Amino acid sequence: MKVQYLGLEHINGPLVYLKTPENISYNEQVELILKSGERRIGNVITLNEDVTVIQVYEGSDGIDINGVKTELSGKELQIKLSQDCLGRVFNGIGRPIDGLGEIQSDLERDINGVAMNPIARKYPRNFIETGISAIDGLMTLIRGQKLPIFSGSGINHNDLTEQIIRQANIKDDSNFAIVFGLMGAEYETAEFFKKSFKENGVLSKVVTFQNLSNDPSIERILTPKVALTCAEYLAFDLDMQVLVILTDMTAYAESLREISTLKGEIPSRKGYPGYLYSDLASIYERAGILKDKKGSITQIPIITMPNDDISHPIPDLTGYITEGQIVLGRELYQKGITPPINILDSLSRLMKDGIGEEYTRKDHRSISDQIFSSYARVQDVRALAKVLGESDLSDTDKKYLAFGEAFEQRFLNQGKFESRNIIQTLDLALEVLRILPEEELDKI
Amino acid sequence: MIGNVFDGIERPLSKLQEYSGDFLKKGCNIDAIDLEKKWHFIPSVNLGEKISRNTIVGTVKESEFFDHKIMNPNHIEAEVIYIAPEGEYTAKDTIAKIRDNEKEYNITMVQKWPVRIQRPYKERLTVREPLITGQRVIDTMFPIAKGGTAMIPGGFGTGKTMLQHQMAKWSDADIIVYIGCGERGNEMTEVLEEFPKLIDPKTNRPLMERTILIANTSNMPVAARETSIYTGITIAEYYRDMGYHVAIMADSTSRWAEALREISGRLEEMPAEEGYPSYLPSRLSQVYGRAGITKSYNGNIGSVSIIGAVSPQGSDFSEPVTQNTKRFVHVFWGLDRELAYARHYPSVNWKISYSEYIDTLQDWYEKNVDEHFVDDRLEIVKLLQEENELQEIAKVVGQDVLSDMKKLVLETCKSIRLGFLQQSALSDIDTYVPLKKQYRMLKSILNLYTESAKLVEKGIPISKIKALGLFEAYIKLKFNVKNEEIFKFDEFDQNVLEKLKQLDEEYKDYM
Repeated sequence: MKVQYLGLEHINGPLVYLKTPENISYNEQVELILKSGERRIGNVITLNEDVTVIQVYEGSDGIDINGVKTELSGKELQIKLSQDCLGRVFNGIGRPIDGLGEIQSDLERDINGVAMNPIARKYPRNFIETGISAIDGLMTLIRGQKLPIFSGSGINHNDLTEQIIRQANIKDDSNFAIVFGLMGAEYETAEFFKKSFKENGVLSKVVTFQNLSNDPSIERILTPKVALTCAEYLAFDLDMQVLVILTDMTAYAESLREISTLKGEIPSRKGYPGYLYSDLASIYERAGILKDKKGSITQIPIITMPNDDISHPIPDLTGYITEGQIVLGRELYQKGITPPINILDSLSRLMKDGIGEEYTRKDHRSISDQIFSSYARVQDVRALAKVLGESDLSDTDKKYLAFGEAFEQRFLNQGKFESRNIIQTLDLALEVLRILPEEELDKI
Repeated sequence: MIGNVFDGIERPLSKLQEYSGDFLKKGCNIDAIDLEKKWHFIPSVNLGEKISRNTIVGTVKESEFFDHKIMNPNHIEAEVIYIAPEGEYTAKDTIAKIRDNEKEYNITMVQKWPVRIQRPYKERLTVREPLITGQRVIDTMFPIAKGGTAMIPGGFGTGKTMLQHQMAKWSDADIIVYIGCGERGNEMTEVLEEFPKLIDPKTNRPLMERTILIANTSNMPVAARETSIYTGITIAEYYRDMGYHVAIMADSTSRWAEALREISGRLEEMPAEEGYPSYLPSRLSQVYGRAGITKSYNGNIGSVSIIGAVSPQGSDFSEPVTQNTKRFVHVFWGLDRELAYARHYPSVNWKISYSEYIDTLQDWYEKNVDEHFVDDRLEIVKLLQEENELQEIAKVVGQDVLSDMKKLVLETCKSIRLGFLQQSALSDIDTYVPLKKQYRMLKSILNLYTESAKLVEKGIPISKIKALGLFEAYIKLKFNVKNEEIFKFDEFDQNVLEKLKQLDEEYKDYM
């Protein structure tokens, strides 16, 4: 029987204040036992001589200031892990919610993880073919990469994510797993993905951590950490190729802001805490490959940009940490182009080493450079056409307009169900580029 | 220390791996230097000699081509009473003893120095020669001096890290200290995998043998991130005192400033701009102020150059870190997102970038490259400036209404941008270009411009000149002419003259 402390000093949203007991340590996991016998998990976030502040992950609704008992666990928050995690559904803090009972295992891991030693890492080079021309041709996904999708509300980014999972050839590898973290997601989103997993027959390979929009928001700040702890176990203990999808990181950051404000911290940009960068990094940096391990963790976090603003702190800081980004554009979406990838804003930093003769085709780099530079020119010509009218443009500029149109309609727009291999993608790119006069193609 | 990787508080990461596996556990304490390893020591002072601070008492070979000089760490005038004979010693062994009045001091190979305090020197000198990086837009357009300071601000995806990697690879410093401060783990891995394979053009040894890496990735502790910059600078100053030219690449100082902000926030200090502490400018000036070219107490001249990347929030150059850094550095290489979109790398925007060293280095360029270098460079700057104005006009009324002379300027500038300013880090020929070839490239385009201008003045239409394909040919030159084949530019210039002459003859009858 552990020591229990009766009563609380004060409750403020998801934070509860307790008179500082003996032997309590910072970041320690505690359990609150309500009168009804319900147990809720929290951890210590502020500690001083008089008062201890505990954040309660499942919210503080219904907690009675006098009757609640607090029990210290003596360790930081941990989750149980075993191979049986695969195919299961957990809530945002790693408790099973699919009615199949607790995970039975002796292995417990601290969810905060520890930083990978940079010299133990292996530089990711293996190209993942997604079957989507824009991604394969212009911003290739590499195994072990963290490549977020920046989207706006109302743009159907889930379709793109689902298409990547469906078409990516990682599926052919029997040793793959998907870890799926939902933070503040809509019920429909969760169901949409579940349906897709079922149809593709991969449900038994998916571990889901689900925090829906009606679940306590504070729970969300644990979800990515729990999900990644599980992913690290699968990748580096069980040698699996793990794809981690986190949706939506904006909801996560907002929860972080909520707690920070409640704690009375000094806010930085747009009210987000000053440590948002470090905090996001502690999540994103948990992707990668290690030299002496077979497994890998590839991350695709999804971010809805508030007001489609790429300079908003969340997408901005994310872009500084991740190895590129796939940006979806509202204009393309409204033109009916699927997937609506805005290639000029998008980038894959690991692409340069994962393409070329050994991996894809020798001319891959020059083709993609040419597309980027010509398409950037298309934007200038379009702006000019708005002022002068199309008929007054020079012949070269008219060809640029035709190229822009063909590129969007034929190359970008491929629909949800077409899968193109890399050779088809590159040939198509060349075909579209032929619209331009030869002297404009300075990179091929 | 050379060829090794440390974290922000100088713990060697390879040792940490042996100790705690692939992940960094908390609470390990490991010495920065292997104290057990034996080094071959060659003494360079004699018994009874008077020595002072930083006098070199001997050398050891740190790598095959690199002499590590052992200096007297004590700030006193003293007499040598013991000096170890040539032989194998560990870093802990006493290699010399000195006596000042009645007190005796032991000298070992290890020096300890508080990282936040600048290492002293005898006198500071003014900069006199450029740090050659092999990058055209830097060496020719906006050069940095040895002992100078530069900043590279740029939003994400504009190529800050690529540019720093390029400079770390090719610049002509003796030692590179690369500080990965709060950046991606995979970028450090890239350096670690790539550098040992690359050969330093000066010494023909792997680049890793002149590189010290300090890796404090974004998920490693914040307090160590704050310290990592100071650790890097102190190591650089130590080598400077031995008489080496050291270049520090700090990627990125914004993360360092954020670490300051985070710590300050937790200390509940009163925030100034955007939550940064009010001492941010003074800290920045202290850091950049430690760069410089100096004469140390032992008479050796060495330098520390600092090149700091800045990651402005939301690509907004008016944010506090960019603005404050701008006050303390002399070179500004502003990276531009529009250029990066068009895959114009390095995406240094020539409209906003500047270098305050141009005038100081004028003599050097005139002596070592060409006496017309500075004038020709100015010519290019003027052309680009004119292009900028013309494009503004063309945006409103279209290119067709411009006169042929103006169109020639646009055409020339296109060639300058694509053929000169743009440089491919991935092409074997183009990744590093010596200054002589840079100047030759610059000469060729100016020649093409002035010769074409003569014809345009005569009334020959620009479209005919363009049809000769000379401008396209110039753009392709950078990939076709190897660094040792400079004579090919003469062939090109000759070709230009001939073709233009032909065109002139054709038109003679019509004029």
